[in-house]
Amino acid sequence: MSAPLLEVRKLSKSFPGVRALKGVSIALQPAEVLAVIGENGAGKSTLMKILAGVQRPDSGAILMNGAEVEIRSVHDALARGIALIHQELNLADNLDVASNIFLGREPLRGGLVDTKRIRREARKFLDAVGLDVDPATLVGTLPIGCQQLVEIAKALSVNARVLIMDEPTSSLSAGEAEKLFKVIHDLRSSGVSVIYISHRLGEVKKLADRVTVLRDGENAGDLAREEISHNGMVKLMVGRDISQFYPHEPHTPGQIVLEVAGIRTPAHPGHALSFTLCAGEIVGVAGLVGAGRTEMLETLFGVTPALGGTMLVAGKEIAPRSPLEAIGVGLALVPEDRKRQGVILEMTVRDNVSLASLRKDQRAGFRNGRRERELSAEMIGSLRIKTPHDRQIVQFLSGGNQQKVVLGKWLALRPRVLFLDEPTRGIDVGAKQEIYRLMEELAREGVAILFVSSEMEEILGMSDRALVMHEGRITGELARAGLSDEAVMRLATAGEKVAA
Amino acid sequence: MKKILGITALLALVCIITAILSEGFLSGYNIENLARRTALLGIISIGVAFVIITGGIDLSVGSVVCLVGCGLPWLLTKQNWSMPAALAAVALVSVGIGIFHGVIITKLRIAPFVVTLCGLMMYRGIARGFTQDQTVGFGGEFTGLRTLATGQISIPFVDGFTLPAPCVFLLVAALLAAIFLNRTIWGRYMLALGRNEEAARYSGINTDRMVIVAYVICSALSGLGGMLYVLDSNTAQPVDFGNFYELYAIAAAVLGGCSLRGGEGTIVGILVGAALIMVLRNMIMLTTNYTNIEFAIIGAVLLIGVIADELVKRYAMRRRAARALLAETKPS
Repeated sequence: MSAPLLEVRKLSKSFPGVRALKGVSIALQPAEVLAVIGENGAGKSTLMKILAGVQRPDSGAILMNGAEVEIRSVHDALARGIALIHQELNLADNLDVASNIFLGREPLRGGLVDTKRIRREARKFLDAVGLDVDPATLVGTLPIGCQQLVEIAKALSVNARVLIMDEPTSSLSAGEAEKLFKVIHDLRSSGVSVIYISHRLGEVKKLADRVTVLRDGENAGDLAREEISHNGMVKLMVGRDISQFYPHEPHTPGQIVLEVAGIRTPAHPGHALSFTLCAGEIVGVAGLVGAGRTEMLETLFGVTPALGGTMLVAGKEIAPRSPLEAIGVGLALVPEDRKRQGVILEMTVRDNVSLASLRKDQRAGFRNGRRERELSAEMIGSLRIKTPHDRQIVQFLSGGNQQKVVLGKWLALRPRVLFLDEPTRGIDVGAKQEIYRLMEELAREGVAILFVSSEMEEILGMSDRALVMHEGRITGELARAGLSDEAVMRLATAGEKVAA
Repeated sequence: MKKILGITALLALVCIITAILSEGFLSGYNIENLARRTALLGIISIGVAFVIITGGIDLSVGSVVCLVGCGLPWLLTKQNWSMPAALAAVALVSVGIGIFHGVIITKLRIAPFVVTLCGLMMYRGIARGFTQDQTVGFGGEFTGLRTLATGQISIPFVDGFTLPAPCVFLLVAALLAAIFLNRTIWGRYMLALGRNEEAARYSGINTDRMVIVAYVICSALSGLGGMLYVLDSNTAQPVDFGNFYELYAIAAAVLGGCSLRGGEGTIVGILVGAALIMVLRNMIMLTTNYTNIEFAIIGAVLLIGVIADELVKRYAMRRRAARALLAETKPS
């Protein structure tokens, strides 16, 4: 067999507080679709950023056609034919399609951009990705799926031989995703290799010639085309059988503690949300990205006050206009974006853990330093936060420990209802399981838990009951007995044709 | 405390150099003067530091100093207001300006830079308007009131030096500010929201209110400073009274360890920063004939100081990160 088109040998990379890659190797053949999968925090994104020249590895080698190369910058990567298509697209909304494709490489004519020529050439690349739009259209006016195709056209225009796609379908509709798959097939036929990163195992099964699984920054295993199966992939990703991974035991729900009746969020004012939540039960909220799940939690927690409807907490009607008011009635929210909304990165573990309790523990406006120390010691102990001492700056903790700090902040207030938004995003497998165990423990103690997750396994593994949302509506509710991949997907897409 | 070590050492160094170059530096008269000027700058610097700690900026400090500095003698001598009424009026105006800034910044979400830049222009303009650009002053009157700024407090067992009265104001303000910042929940809220306003809000902190409080503290201390400045100098020219004081105050805060990104700063550091600026000015005045290069020197020192601070901080961060990584990979 000839040398692979692109090979990575023993690549390592560390960041403050995390060892993202610990000697990862992959190989990519010409005209191959290689899926790289793994849980959040497994190191996929770091690996791809290194290949695309965004970051540089600490050690290890990158080879192209058998010869070692060094990729120092994005420019370097492009020159070697490697293009990364980011999860968040990198297009200038205010420029037209053709200008975006040739951004930074505009052909000139008499010192000015040769607009005619770039539009003509752009047409060629747009045809290659099957996108039928006028090159003079402003990118910002195109739907997200088309914008993605523009990105691919841009990559083709620099003669990319390796196309890295990071979660390309995460914000696409089912139809747009189908179109993308067809483009990927065509690209492969024309000799382009694709590294495809996705959480959606259905897509992977459909597209990939081969799968490389990463776990905690290491190679967990490879699957050839004929070996690719859902269970096989999950097993490699989590490192054990999924059935043992979720410590879930059914709970007997107690009294209703949260009753939501006809709440309207500012994000989706056209739909009224209603459901109940009982003490001691864990309810999952499933749905695709953009289904309005985060917006629902933020409204219930008073971040973006409701436009209408009523909300009862333990039988008392409230309409929180701010998180402060929500906290007052025993609600707590572990937000989606840990680094922006959850922790204050530059402050210490102690200061973060005590932040929400300062008001409660104050003595005539003065902080109670002793109580703060006790509290942080208690949370470090009971949540097993791995930190040398409680004066450690939170920034230097791993994602999982940061998340525990956020949890500790709320548990210090002994909430009745705990909202968790993507509680295990970006944290390693071990910490994940600890979070699950904590959820279990809290539910047993009678806390009502409502958690949003985009990971199907997590919804299936941890929910006593699941709500499914689609475009701002709750499209259904599934009891644990009726919980299945298919049932959730059907409700999440509300009858739309499912791509995966 | 480690953070202000560098700047304190720099202050000591500048003092020693100046003392060597100029005999006059250590004279009781010069030190008294220096202490008074430092106290006045220190008061307004503490105010602006609160705003900087919450991640904002206040460019209107100098104009509030002007408004109050011109307004007080104008009310007393031209409008013949009683002393309590005039004092109450300037206090109300100062606090009102703070509320005005804070509300516009938090409720209308307009950048602090813009809001206070407009304030900078408006308040001086107003002062120039009601005084009709005429110098205002106390003449020979109000000596009792003026003692607040010009008074001297003799220190037991010390000869040849008496403590200028503004130093007492500074010490009280600094003490209260330090207690507020370090011991109360509001102080902690300000530090937290300066670092990450969103996370602070999600943690149940009324961030808008805290930001408004910070601007009120700033304008109130600017007003206090303006009053003491004019009581000290006896007269005020609306055209340039308090000119550039906001920049001196911001420089003192930044030299003293406040980051313009917010969330950082100590009261002691700010005092050292204010002292450093005043000593530098004093040095230029005593040892050279070029007082007009003052800004160049202070600018250069500030720049070098901030660069050094940033480099030290980066180095410390890297070491800390390396240690944290080690601690985490070690099985516990």
